[in-house]
Amino acid sequence: MSAYRDKDPRIHGIQSKIRVVPNFPKPGIMFQDITTLLLDPKAFKDTVDLFVERYKGKNISVVAGIEARGFIFGPPIALEIGAKFVPLRKPKKLPGKVISEEYELEYGRDCLEMHVGAVEPGERALVVDDLIATGGTLCAAMNLLERVGAEVVECACVIELPDLKGRERLNGKPLYVLVESH
Amino acid sequence: MFAGDQNGLQGDPRLKAISEAIRVVPHFPKPGIMFQDITTLLLDHKAFKDTVDIFVDRYRDMAISVVAGVEARGFMFGPSIALAIGAKFVPLRKPRKLPGEVISEAYVLEYGTDCLEMHVGAVQPGERALVIDDLVATGGTLSAAIRLLERVGAEVVECACVVGLREVKGHHRLNGKPLYILVEPRQQTNCSAPSGIISSL
Repeated sequence: MSAYRDKDPRIHGIQSKIRVVPNFPKPGIMFQDITTLLLDPKAFKDTVDLFVERYKGKNISVVAGIEARGFIFGPPIALEIGAKFVPLRKPKKLPGKVISEEYELEYGRDCLEMHVGAVEPGERALVVDDLIATGGTLCAAMNLLERVGAEVVECACVIELPDLKGRERLNGKPLYVLVESH
Repeated sequence: MFAGDQNGLQGDPRLKAISEAIRVVPHFPKPGIMFQDITTLLLDHKAFKDTVDIFVDRYRDMAISVVAGVEARGFMFGPSIALAIGAKFVPLRKPRKLPGEVISEAYVLEYGTDCLEMHVGAVQPGERALVIDDLVATGGTLSAAIRLLERVGAEVVECACVVGLREVKGHHRLNGKPLYILVEPRQQTNCSAPSGIISSL
């Protein structure tokens, strides 16, 4: 589902603040840079508010954010909806005992980790990242949460690149995004 | 300065709860280091909210227009503070993460050097800035952050950390800038950690 399609009046302002940087990190990629959104306090607040309005009162007890840009959006949402925040990190960053989930990159593999004990069985969880592309990272994040018995209620991203069909990799889990970029 | 030294926050029970919510992980990332793990603080909604609220109460009337957060744990605290005080949030990142034109500042590690980057144009001359990170240890990273902001003409009002020693390298200030810290590092692992968290001992 996309707020873009719902045409909330705040969406246009949010979309206009996202900067596209051509050929980063490599030729041919049009990088969606959310740092310019963070420079506009009203647009940044609107972004968080749109997610909070959707998830408040839905009994979500966990917001899991994907390193590192998921750490920017996840905690403000968690604080507003009364949930805990759980960082999902690259290997060897978390100091305690972790569980790991491998996922595929274009070339090679990477890994996402979560602290053991951070999430309890039966908890209702949200996964947050700035952007969904192929869906590989989000899929790994969902797997981590489901492996400890949590229920992933939805994945939430500011931006979707629909042409990469990441939505289809989410094992039927719903995806909510604010803007699409083609 | 410590939050608990100040009028109004002396004996504030929120500070005790924040301190107790931080898990100590011995020998991470290497033997001898008692790592102050703030991820357990983030699991305690009230303590996490109190952490942000204490910073917001301090900074909301200081005309701060920039909150600069140091990657990655500074990202967990900075944005909420920025949103509450109406400031912009500027991520300070490891090399090659920011996509646009950047300025870089090198700093010294125990072995070798590292580098912190900020987007050109993110901060304007004359802006009043706060630097935020979860913890201050040697002060190397925070010093680099201060230099980045000053190089673009901003005024660093203060550096704020959840955890830190009373003195960094024997000083209460960093590059002449005041440090504001909520709690001191604990040396003991916490036996009363929230249930479900496995001690690493």
